[in-house]
Amino acid sequence: MSAFDNVTAARANNRPTAIDYITRIFGDSFIELHGDRRFADDKAVIGGIAELNGKPVTVIALEKGRNLKERVDRNFGSAHPEGYRKALRLMKQAEKFHRPVLCFVDTSGAYCGIGAEERGQGQAIAENLMEMMTLKTPILSVFIGEGGSGGALALAVADEVWMLENAIYSVISPEGCASILWKDSTKTAEASECLKLTSKDLFKLGVIERIIREPKTVDSVVFESFKTLIGQTFEKLEASDTETLLNKRYNRFRKY
Amino acid sequence: MNTSDIFNFLKPKNELEKQEDTSTVQNQPFIPNELWVKCPVCKKAVLSSDLNDNKKVCPNCSYHFRIAARQRLEITVDEGSFEEFDAEMTSTNIIDFPDYTRKLKNARLNSGENESVITGKARIGGCETVIAVMNSQFMMGSMGTVTGEKITRAFEYATKQELPVIVFTVSGGARMQEGILSLMQMAKTSGAVKRHSDAGLLYITVLTDPTTGGVTASFAMEGDIILSEPKALIGFAGPRVIEQTIRQKLPKDFQSAEFLLEKGFVDKVVPRSEMKETLTKLLILHGSIPEKEDKEEKEGDEQ
Ligand SMILES: [Zn+2]
Repeated sequence: MSAFDNVTAARANNRPTAIDYITRIFGDSFIELHGDRRFADDKAVIGGIAELNGKPVTVIALEKGRNLKERVDRNFGSAHPEGYRKALRLMKQAEKFHRPVLCFVDTSGAYCGIGAEERGQGQAIAENLMEMMTLKTPILSVFIGEGGSGGALALAVADEVWMLENAIYSVISPEGCASILWKDSTKTAEASECLKLTSKDLFKLGVIERIIREPKTVDSVVFESFKTLIGQTFEKLEASDTETLLNKRYNRFRKY
Repeated sequence: MNTSDIFNFLKPKNELEKQEDTSTVQNQPFIPNELWVKCPVCKKAVLSSDLNDNKKVCPNCSYHFRIAARQRLEITVDEGSFEEFDAEMTSTNIIDFPDYTRKLKNARLNSGENESVITGKARIGGCETVIAVMNSQFMMGSMGTVTGEKITRAFEYATKQELPVIVFTVSGGARMQEGILSLMQMAKTSGAVKRHSDAGLLYITVLTDPTTGGVTASFAMEGDIILSEPKALIGFAGPRVIEQTIRQKLPKDFQSAEFLLEKGFVDKVVPRSEMKETLTKLLILHGSIPEKEDKEEKEGDEQ
């Protein structure tokens, strides 16, 4: 499988999106919470509280939408500043109530548009990076599809970062890279190889802690073991005191 | 009371009311010589030595030309006060990206620098500070691992020594040629900024033309005080990318420093001629005590 096959798989329309993961892992326990308290509710970001093994957990996800109508409604998973500010609000809430944060990342990138710039897309992402670095509760980020640049990182300054086998994580889209490098946006296959954006490459580079194997079909057994893994990880992270947790998080990113 | 006296007591003019100098320079004959630089805004030819003496600001229309990092340091810090950190640190082709080794070599040749940022310690108006200045002549100020490392070390040093930090940004964003590791610099630098901030220390960013992408979405927007040079382009996405996404032309001055000021993302737009004075004032207001510049006098004081 080439890197570009991976890109295609990560973007495939029939791939499970964040809602599928939330539904299958948390069932009815998930309560969605809306809005950034400043401007609006960004539908590209889903956030709320759920129950995991009898304990509360804050869940925040970039959601692309499962069909065309949903995709349009959710801006294809490209968040505006208010989406990142909603995420930060819910993280702060999680910190206050001492519950861990689970993020699902699936976005081609933060939205590029007039409103996004006017409301400080760069500032919103920057604030998340800074605040997440010292958020006094465990954070786990799972890349389930596309991880596009700063818009993905804004939900991934975490204690552990995992990737689904065919998910991708990149500083720039292969198209963007090809058009800058070779003035030819069709050379995406070459660009995909160069960027080292597959889960295997990123594991080798030490950017992620774990690769989650993908089943050939939607298999509830897989979600069940995934859930167990998340629970165990939070238990492990919660066992260390806050200072140790935050030092580890700082050093996790300091090493690059 | 004479009525005219009433009008002698006037409200001091504020910056908005200050009259722009509209006097035009005389039409100089255009000599196609490297000694002359054509201003891209007013199209007038300016003698390049005059331009340098004027801190690279067009004497006619006040257009702020881009300025190399060394020259920026020269006009910003007290003479002879700069001590550079990690001057020899330089990037390598860490993910084996095509053509990157050659690009790095060219960037070093073109800029005369080892990386896209210069960091160090200096005095500004007698106040000790850590300073980082990015360089547009080095791969358009893109942020690679060494850029991120130098900035992170500068913040860590400042935190340890309880010093303020001033960063002049100019950047096209993350350095694609270092793949995901360049993206990680956004988190790394933000972590160092946060620790510096949590220690109660001052961080001032000065956004210069252009500041975009991963630098905007990290340390550029994390200052306690965010200044900008006039007319600088500042944004997350570049204007061309936005135009391609929304399929329409952007309004004039969109993403300019003045636009960001209006939208609430910049504290103050400061002309280059007033930058050093403004920084000095801010440093003093945050507890910096200016050292006397006269060395002998200082030694005398200590005795
Ligand atoms: Zn001019």
